[in-house]
Amino acid sequence: MENSRTYTYYPGCSLQATAHAYDESMQAVNKQLGLTFNEIDDWNCCGATEYFSVDALPAYSLVARNLSLAVQSNGSQDLVAPCSACFLNLRKTNDYMSKYKDLNSQVNQALAAGGLSYEAGALNVRHLLDVVIEDVGLEQIKTKVTKPLSGIKVAPYYGCLIVRPETGYNTEYPTHLDELMVTLGADVVDFPMKTHCCGGHMTQISEETAYELIRRLLQNASDYGADAIVTLCPMCQLNLDAYQNEVNRMFGTNFHIPVLFFTQLMGIAFGLSENALGLGSEIIPAGPALAKIGTVDEQKTRERPKRRDKKALPMPSMDSGGNE
Amino acid sequence: MPKTSERGLFEQVMAETPGGETLITCLQCGTCGGSCPSGADMDSTPRRLFALLSAGMDKDVLESNTPWYCVSCYYCTVRCPQDIPITDLMYAIKQKAIQAGKYHQDSHAAFSESFIGYVERYGRSFEFGLATRYHLTHHPLSMLRKGGLGFSMMRKGRLNVTPEKINNLPQLTAILKEAKRIARQEA
Repeated sequence: MENSRTYTYYPGCSLQATAHAYDESMQAVNKQLGLTFNEIDDWNCCGATEYFSVDALPAYSLVARNLSLAVQSNGSQDLVAPCSACFLNLRKTNDYMSKYKDLNSQVNQALAAGGLSYEAGALNVRHLLDVVIEDVGLEQIKTKVTKPLSGIKVAPYYGCLIVRPETGYNTEYPTHLDELMVTLGADVVDFPMKTHCCGGHMTQISEETAYELIRRLLQNASDYGADAIVTLCPMCQLNLDAYQNEVNRMFGTNFHIPVLFFTQLMGIAFGLSENALGLGSEIIPAGPALAKIGTVDEQKTRERPKRRDKKALPMPSMDSGGNE
Repeated sequence: MPKTSERGLFEQVMAETPGGETLITCLQCGTCGGSCPSGADMDSTPRRLFALLSAGMDKDVLESNTPWYCVSCYYCTVRCPQDIPITDLMYAIKQKAIQAGKYHQDSHAAFSESFIGYVERYGRSFEFGLATRYHLTHHPLSMLRKGGLGFSMMRKGRLNVTPEKINNLPQLTAILKEAKRIARQEA
């Protein structure tokens, strides 16, 4: 194995349940890429968005316990989270403790009640996608591709918390996931709503609000001809996949767009078995979309470029592919 | 400086949010509301809510549904020309509304409170317990309809019916208890 890299790892609650496919596919891909993740011993929930809505200082302290335990593990200073919400909470607590002295001392006072402490900024909190792209690199990933994803059109969906608030990537139109998908051989469609919200916890407390946000995303991906949506966040995957049929019921639409984790598509391109990648656990089956892999895109090769009708008005047009 | 309890809501919210003092520089430009994906469901746009807040109309702010429809997408925060941490301020206003018992739709606060109840009890979130308890109480009809989805999720191994629990729960409990004590003392 070439360059082996070791990281401190925070899985988060979703990877053990709703997003177990993300966990399985990540582990399978890590082996291929020489990534070793050492899980923080006895980590706790990051509080999602809920704890910050009720009580801020306990919320920061809850997150800081994980940061403290991560330092205690004496491993890499790079702490990796695959879930965007966990990534945000860990990063934000780390940054805010560095920036705001009062918060720092109050959180450390709370940690001391549990015999812990945390030196703000001691860790570098990173998202899994960032590690894969920046540390492993697209060049090396390309050498692992044995089954290019040609023939499948994917819409790269980033969601909110991997790019906002500022993480160094473009906050509204990032392209690093696009580039990864191109490296795997997939046909990447433009997806203007790639950083719009999936509705977060609104699926639970206000269906009307959440389903409209999900509908917009599905409509956008469909308008641009996507066979599948690829994501990097358990909440985004859950909302777009598990509630897709509810959205269809509410709006009379007929979307059938599978929503996969980028690690699942990496695993397929690396020639790994579907079982090892958690495929089949999605609510909207990915089979029909995945069956397109390896097929030649007929439209692309057969269709000649249309001559412009000289009488036509100069209007932009969009491919009418997709599910609707 | 007067004690927090003697200050108006505007000052309290600013003081209790890291970086919150920047709210005083709000231009009322409306970029926040224009960027908000769930703005259509809010009774006030974020811009209007901040205008009410700075005008001292505390009751209107606390009773507004606006922060409860915030989806935490941070679009407003990154677009704000004054670098105001708007999403964090929405959290702070929610906390104040809960403390004052004035929140617009109690089911929204109940969801957050149920969620953290499980986190405090187990150290981990517990989706099955949360979904069943919360929905049976607040949305029993949708619970019936979504039973099929829950069953599919369970069959695909995506919903655990028993909670995970951390080993050193007493440590977490002590940390949270102390954090709550400090927060009360500051207020």
